[in-house]
Amino acid sequence: MLHIDNPILEFKDVSVSYTPGKNAVNQVSASIERNKITAIMGPSGCGKSTLLRAVNRMHELYPDIRITGEILIDNQNILTMNPMEVRRIAGMVFQRPNPFPTMSIYENVIAGYSLNGIRLSKKEKDELVETNLKNVGLWDEVKDALLKKGTFLSGGQQQRLCIARALALKPEVLLMDEPTSALDPIATNRIEELLLELKKDYTIVIVTHNMGQAARISDYSMFMYLGQLVEYDETQVMFTNPADSRTEEYLSGQFG
Amino acid sequence: MIPDKSRSSSVSFRIFKDRFFYVCVCLMASLTAIPLIWIIWEVLKKGYRQINLSFFTEVAPTTLEAIKAKNAGDLIPGGIANGITGTLIMVVIASLIAIPIGILGGVYLSEHRNNRFSSLIRSLTDLLQGTPSIVVGIIVYFWVVKPLSSYSAVAGSVALAIMMLPLIIRSTEETLKMLPGTLKEAGLALGASYTSVVLRVLIPSAFGGLFTGILLAVSRVTGETAPLMLTALGASAVNWDITRPTSSVSLLIWQFYNDPNLVDMIWSSSLFLLVLILILNIIAKSVANKWRIQ
Amino acid sequence: MKDKIFRLLLMLSAALVLFICGGMVYSLVSGSLEAFGHFGFFKFITTAEWNPRPDQEEYGALSFIIGTLMTSFLALLFCIPFSISVALFTGEYFRGSKLSVIVSSVIELLAGIPSIVYGLWGFYALRPLMEQLNLSTQGFGILTASIVLAIMIIPYASSLSSEFISMVPKDLKEGAYSLGATRMEVIRHVILPNSGSGVFASYILALGRALGETMAVTMLIGNTENIPRSLSSTGNSMASIIANQFGESDGLKLSSLIAIGLLLFMITAVINFIGKLVISKFNKV
Repeated sequence: MLHIDNPILEFKDVSVSYTPGKNAVNQVSASIERNKITAIMGPSGCGKSTLLRAVNRMHELYPDIRITGEILIDNQNILTMNPMEVRRIAGMVFQRPNPFPTMSIYENVIAGYSLNGIRLSKKEKDELVETNLKNVGLWDEVKDALLKKGTFLSGGQQQRLCIARALALKPEVLLMDEPTSALDPIATNRIEELLLELKKDYTIVIVTHNMGQAARISDYSMFMYLGQLVEYDETQVMFTNPADSRTEEYLSGQFG
Repeated sequence: MIPDKSRSSSVSFRIFKDRFFYVCVCLMASLTAIPLIWIIWEVLKKGYRQINLSFFTEVAPTTLEAIKAKNAGDLIPGGIANGITGTLIMVVIASLIAIPIGILGGVYLSEHRNNRFSSLIRSLTDLLQGTPSIVVGIIVYFWVVKPLSSYSAVAGSVALAIMMLPLIIRSTEETLKMLPGTLKEAGLALGASYTSVVLRVLIPSAFGGLFTGILLAVSRVTGETAPLMLTALGASAVNWDITRPTSSVSLLIWQFYNDPNLVDMIWSSSLFLLVLILILNIIAKSVANKWRIQ
Repeated sequence: MKDKIFRLLLMLSAALVLFICGGMVYSLVSGSLEAFGHFGFFKFITTAEWNPRPDQEEYGALSFIIGTLMTSFLALLFCIPFSISVALFTGEYFRGSKLSVIVSSVIELLAGIPSIVYGLWGFYALRPLMEQLNLSTQGFGILTASIVLAIMIIPYASSLSSEFISMVPKDLKEGAYSLGATRMEVIRHVILPNSGSGVFASYILALGRALGETMAVTMLIGNTENIPRSLSSTGNSMASIIANQFGESDGLKLSSLIAIGLLLFMITAVINFIGKLVISKFNKV
């Protein structure tokens, strides 16, 4: 399978199980390249979100979930690190936009800092808010409404706010779990354009059930099926010439 | 640009705070069990000796009898038969009043969810539920005790019924709301009258929930004291005439508490009351659980 | 025809609540007119005098109002750390687990204990302790009554707030964790702000309970007709003065007691109304 020099994120024999003896993710190994977009595809229940959430150590919020193997970010095994630190270097954007309803747009952007108890000066806060809202193309839309609650925004705007919130912490990797599945086509389009711009500065791993999306924005694609990584290649190669028959079946829409 | 780590408290300190908070929460939460254990222990320790057959069959002793027994070094003779029968009579009559009215009222509220009248009634039910029991005692004094010109079991029952009513109405409404709407439609589609759909379909289907609500309402009023002081007053003999003053277990406890010679009886009476309420609660819970599975 | 009668019956049953409430207000108001007429409403609630001597009768509710408010608010204060812990324990830390079922059952049992048994426990177990600790002479007073009241309202405050705390969406909590927050930070910045008004409302409703509580307070507050000046001083609450003196009263004194009952009814009604209002607003958002 695909070899990548100097990867930012590596999976080494990663398995995740919800119930003992049954792996939702089974022995996945793969390396992710810096400043690229890597898409993880597959039918629902194939373990793609489970794999992504393992990077962010989200599984630890729920008892009974076991992870084995190694996940390295910059050659450091994050499974042995402190989860709070891991979560700061691996930002996460969720399926449904989840701005904090009790906080204003402004507070939402810097929520990572206030949650972590980091004190910032007013100037630093202002700077963070402006840069990150500009980064996600939201600044012009909301600059006069920064003190309004984030929940008043449209779904697409909310999701971009959540991306800004994750970016504000300057993560090494940005993990996105089907970030457009709850959005309409126009909002989806804007997010996709945004991701293409963001990859200049960030490494993005995106889980998507939308093949078109993977084809449009990703540099590399993984295809997962029944917890296994079936195929991992450059997106163009995989879409034009899949190596595995299961990938081919999936790409031609035979299961979904 | 952002000097992250220097200004945030260190991760290990934050983890320490997190653990510390967790331990505090667990500690404080478990501390709430202490009064419960303490109360049960106190009641058991001091009350069990007095529990015997005559405790259930004889009426409360007079002060004189108690003094005699005490001087002779015996247990205080007698029991709380007058209280048990009184509690029984009043709770039964209160239930006979409150259950049918409460269920019918609850059916009305669940059938008319959004009109003004039912939202008014809903608010008033909440108001009634929040009314201090002593205030209920005052009004029943005026409504029943004064017209009959005597404290009576029936007055006590009315007071307890007024306290049970809002509980039953709301639990009925909540239970019926959970039934699928198709149930009623299915009944009506078969040509059944509205009356028989409600009585033969809705209420039986919701029986478990209604029963639980009723038992909890009963257990809530079983230990009530304050409103009974103003309505049933108390009596030294077993009394089956519901128009005359009647005692209850809780009233007896109050009476024993105020008489230094009878003080030994408070614990056994409290024990009886606690066990009674516990049994009602256990039955209510097991019915609720069974009903939920189906 | 039968259906019509039945529907009427349903409506009448519901309407009975209206009649009871209406009748209650009517009876209380008409019963207290004599007292209000004699002393004037304003003077009645601002006078602390309670003098039943036949030739110079004078009654005022102030000391009882203060006694009730002091014990209830103190009880609320004492109950907050415990009930919030219980709510977090059952609604967040151990949500859905066996442990939380056990803790909830303990709390439910606390709610089931009759007021008079709490009073006995307070009198025979807590009071001597207060006396030993020199917190008040003979152990009676505002503080003793408040502690017992606090224990009595913990179930009301915690079960409702636990529900609101467990209702905070998983999405939001995950969002906060994904930014690197610890559980405590998530509780402080996400869970409590998002369930805040619901939790607040549970405390309001618990306060309503405390205000109307009769027997336990009666047995512990000391039953003296004066304005309590400190935590250790004795006093009397609105409910306990009624419980203690209603049976032996008539005329002006009886009317004054009913007036106190009316005031108590109004205070609890307002408190409960605010609580329900906050909850219904909360549920709409």
